[in-house]
Amino acid sequence: MTLPQTQSTTAGEPLRVVAPKRFIPHNANIELCGVEQSFASNKGPRLLALDNINIKINAGEFVCIVGPSGCGKTSLLSLIAGLSFPTRGEVQLNNKPVTGPGTDRILIFQEHGLFPWLTVGQNVEFGMKMNGVKKAERKQKVKHYLDLVHLANFEDSYTHQLSGGMRQRVAIARALATEPNVLLMDEPFAALDAQTRDLLHDELERIWRETGCTIVFVTHNIRESVRLGDRVVLMTYRPGRIKNEWKVDLPRPRHIEDAAVAQLSATILSEMREEITKSMEAEFTR
Amino acid sequence: MNRFLKNVVFYAILLGIWYGIARAHIWPPYLVPAPGDVYLSLHDGFLDGSIWIGIRVSMERVVAGYLISVALGFILSLILLSSKTLQDTFGRLFAGLQLLPSIGWLPLAILWYGLSDKAILFVIVMGSVFSISLSLESSLATIPRIIPMAGRNLGAKGWKLFWYVLLPASLPNLISGLKQGWSFAWRALISAEMIIISLGLGQLLMMGRDLNDMSEVIAIMIVIFVLGWAVDTLVFRTTERYIAHRWGLSNPS
Repeated sequence: MTLPQTQSTTAGEPLRVVAPKRFIPHNANIELCGVEQSFASNKGPRLLALDNINIKINAGEFVCIVGPSGCGKTSLLSLIAGLSFPTRGEVQLNNKPVTGPGTDRILIFQEHGLFPWLTVGQNVEFGMKMNGVKKAERKQKVKHYLDLVHLANFEDSYTHQLSGGMRQRVAIARALATEPNVLLMDEPFAALDAQTRDLLHDELERIWRETGCTIVFVTHNIRESVRLGDRVVLMTYRPGRIKNEWKVDLPRPRHIEDAAVAQLSATILSEMREEITKSMEAEFTR
Repeated sequence: MNRFLKNVVFYAILLGIWYGIARAHIWPPYLVPAPGDVYLSLHDGFLDGSIWIGIRVSMERVVAGYLISVALGFILSLILLSSKTLQDTFGRLFAGLQLLPSIGWLPLAILWYGLSDKAILFVIVMGSVFSISLSLESSLATIPRIIPMAGRNLGAKGWKLFWYVLLPASLPNLISGLKQGWSFAWRALISAEMIIISLGLGQLLMMGRDLNDMSEVIAIMIVIFVLGWAVDTLVFRTTERYIAHRWGLSNPS
């Protein structure tokens, strides 16, 4: 399937399903053991963002983390990415402690974080360039991953010439081009309109299947988490703890409007509501 | 009417008014010379080479001083960025110092370096380095957090992070700071040259005064004006526009 933005340029062509060059899945397992994180706050005591988080994510698994705003979802991703460190406990990747950022784990943000001074192709190339991949190989991979997100014709465009959905796909291609074992996604589709989001869900699912990487996907949208995840983990409002988790056994591909998706979402929502209320109360009494 | 045409008409009217006032002989010609006299001064100045020499000498000085300022400002801004305490102390001091008119440094410069090129260079640097380092600092400090985060995440660190991520990310603001620094350097140059025998445009301006030659004074003022305008427009505004376009800050027309 193609997206509306690319339809004009790929019309008539048969759909290219890009076969991965070598099907060695790039993935890794992640384990958080007794992770606690607190931040110094200007007034009063330290703010406890994450409290005693224990979770094991299998290699190649697609895990969605949901929770109200302020539950420390973003902090959790940043810990796995190695961009920050827990105040207590340990984050492990393939049974080894995380000591810093690495291109085996790439974060994708709500705002795409693309570099506006580079073309789409140069953005995708960036991570490889930083890691000393040879030029010929870079060129080839840029093509491959832009194909994968159906943006092959936009290699020479600048990011500000693209729509929001296209930018997010560039960000995904840029992340994939470093061939990470783990994709960490921080509400990547929250700023997009519903139709674009639906299409990107399909694409993400396909890309996940084709690359076999581990995905940790943070969202506040329960439907989205059930639509995408093998497992949905619910976090509590501040301090963030794991409240419950559900295995999603529904057959793929799923759709966000599937009855079964809606049904499980309703179950999760009823548990999450309590946390949302807590979060709202905290916002209003501040 | 497009902007160019508007300006042609505007300057034609300005010249006309000037011509009218001069012809009315309200003030003697040694105070208000006619446009024709100023043109003759310009013509002679270019013909005998004095204006060319002035332009060359002045431009060499200001470019040298400016480059020193940019290099120094760059280092200072990186030092400032490294510590909050330095920002609170030296940063504040720089902000104060940039308000000091550059000509205020001249007596000190003359006592230190004598009536020399070095003194002029010193005044140019002092006149522009603080504004440049402050604007470099602020343009590096105001990069959206997500940009360096994405860069580090993709494996850029150390000088690579600076060169491939931070520097290009700060360019749109950086260029405005560099432009302001240039205009400070240019002003400092002309004022310093007026006091020191220097062959530059500032000295030519002062020579006009010494010889009581008003058309010479106005001729040199015009040269200084046109040069400053040309660098500002051709170098800085063009670069600014290019960057804004490339970075997607303006709507591509």
